[in-house]
Amino acid sequence: MAVLAMRDALNQALREEMKRDESVFLLGEDIGLYDGSFKVTRGLMKEFGEKRVLDTPIAEEIIIGTAIGAAMSGLRPVAEMMTVNFIMVAMDQVVNAAAHIRYMFGGGTKVPLVIRTPGGGGHQLGAQHSHSHENWFAHVPGLKVVAPGTPADAKGMLKSAIRDDNPVMFIENEGTYAIKGEVPDGEHLVPLDKNEVKRPGDDITICAHSRMLIVAMDAATELEKEGISAEVVDMRALRPLDMAPVVESVKKTSRLITVEEGWRSYGVGSEIASRVYEEAFDYLDAPVARIAAAEVPAPYNKRLEKIAFPGKADVIVTAKALLGKN
Amino acid sequence: MKVEQRAADSKSKEALTDKTSLLNLYREMLLIRRFEEKTAEMYQLAKIGGFCHLNIGEEATIVGTISALRRTDYVYSTYREHGHAIAKGIDPKAVMAELFGKETGTSHGRGGSMHLFSEENRFYGGYAIVGEALPIACGSGYAINYKETDEVVMSSFGDGATNIGAFHESLNVAKLWHLPIVFVCVNNLYGMGTAVNRASAVTEIWKKACAYDMTSERVDGMDVLAVRRITDQLVARAREKHEPSLLECVTYRYRGHSMSDPDTYRGKDEIKEWQTRDPILSLGEHMKKQKLLTDEEIERIDEEITSQVEDAVKFAEESPDPDPKDLYRDVYAGEGAA
Repeated sequence: MAVLAMRDALNQALREEMKRDESVFLLGEDIGLYDGSFKVTRGLMKEFGEKRVLDTPIAEEIIIGTAIGAAMSGLRPVAEMMTVNFIMVAMDQVVNAAAHIRYMFGGGTKVPLVIRTPGGGGHQLGAQHSHSHENWFAHVPGLKVVAPGTPADAKGMLKSAIRDDNPVMFIENEGTYAIKGEVPDGEHLVPLDKNEVKRPGDDITICAHSRMLIVAMDAATELEKEGISAEVVDMRALRPLDMAPVVESVKKTSRLITVEEGWRSYGVGSEIASRVYEEAFDYLDAPVARIAAAEVPAPYNKRLEKIAFPGKADVIVTAKALLGKN
Repeated sequence: MKVEQRAADSKSKEALTDKTSLLNLYREMLLIRRFEEKTAEMYQLAKIGGFCHLNIGEEATIVGTISALRRTDYVYSTYREHGHAIAKGIDPKAVMAELFGKETGTSHGRGGSMHLFSEENRFYGGYAIVGEALPIACGSGYAINYKETDEVVMSSFGDGATNIGAFHESLNVAKLWHLPIVFVCVNNLYGMGTAVNRASAVTEIWKKACAYDMTSERVDGMDVLAVRRITDQLVARAREKHEPSLLECVTYRYRGHSMSDPDTYRGKDEIKEWQTRDPILSLGEHMKKQKLLTDEEIERIDEEITSQVEDAVKFAEESPDPDPKDLYRDVYAGEGAA
């Protein structure tokens, strides 16, 4: 077991899957010669050549479209969208094509495609580079959506995503690429449809995915010092959404906070809250609290940006409020 | 309207003179015509739902291009694709059954008129978003190069699609990556109800390829032999040299954009004028002059094909609807579907 940064764990997964299966290839903007905007694809063009690591024009629709057609024609493309904000240009291909093709063609074909793309703010990149849109994709039947928050899960889920026969939105986060953690060597597969408790606790449940998982874990550590035992559930599997560990946890703690980096309205937390109301209403002692980004286009100013995105302090304050300990 | 053709290489003109080849083209075109006429009838009887776009008038363009392909070559098309599907070898029964929404249809009743598909015939689908299929066709082209096989991709779309970004992105990478694709623009002069000259700064679509330094041709899309000759050359170019090309076929749809189009944006005289250049009648006349076909044969072929279309309707009528318990089938491939 090695300690790897998230970007290197992803890189390892890509390298291993490319070695394992000749039909796996990568395409995206500056992923080859440039080694990738966030260096996730570092060294891969050198190792596998230009056919298997394809630098594309800065034209998102052709990237996703090419990936879909290649997937239908027997390959296993892994497309990189430099940030999730840019994928808006290719939404027709993602939703009307990738997600719907299998069903609208009566199961006559499949689209084994992975779209890797980071979201997330906090880098003073303003309104067109900073958002998180995983909920948009998680709304769509035909897509799978995952958002791991640890290097080990990043590797294991990316490998599973590449082997899956469906289009998988693989959501990364710019703020996690340097985060380090232990990563199992070689064959390490994490299922795409299983959420899990990352930290056990008794008093309150905190649900989070991607970078917010780290925020939630940090908050739980702080809360522990104040005598509050928080259970953290990693919501890495967003579609299909595995609710079992959340429901189980809520039955124990009776209080739930959801944390996400995207906007609150119609968000991941809204869906989780609804399902908890449906499946564990009688166990709740308080309404579900949703922590999310301020509903503004991400501001550039550092101070404004800091308050626009959720952080550890928000989780701590909310947890205490839910427990009546403020 | 007289279509000015580009001066195409005339080398292969002699290739299409034998009776069998010509008769095949004739039968294919007539099959599409009779199929579409029957489709209109079934739509009016409410046997077919949704939108329904007919290929009537465009038979020479469809058959002239697709007959130049092998079964293993890929065809991508649009929502006006019944004819393309049939020309690519899909049984008219399965096409009609899909229009009827039946389980025996090409897409098991999940797709309908606009979403026909066949892996077996490499008919890679009807797409209902204008321009959407061109980038996807590029993906098949990339896969062919990747696997080092010798198939060709034909991506068929309307004149309207050439104004959308996806068209330009596709031509760019096709040329850049040497993809074996023939882009076929079915220029029927209208994008829905908007004439080409009201939507496109360049009305001769073939010219748009020059921005990508791509071979392009313009052909009379009502003349099946002309279409076939030029397509043969472009397909060979794609297969042998991995050079993409753009072919503009100038043609006309006799019916409205869809079955629900009252057709108020063009004159009746214009429609009549185009009908005087009917692709099926023209080929019939040509063959009669060459003593390759008689009126009696024409009548017999028509009877055969009409009965084939009747069989397709009967098959569709008698086929079962999809089972409601299968509503969620094929949202996802494999297990673990949500």
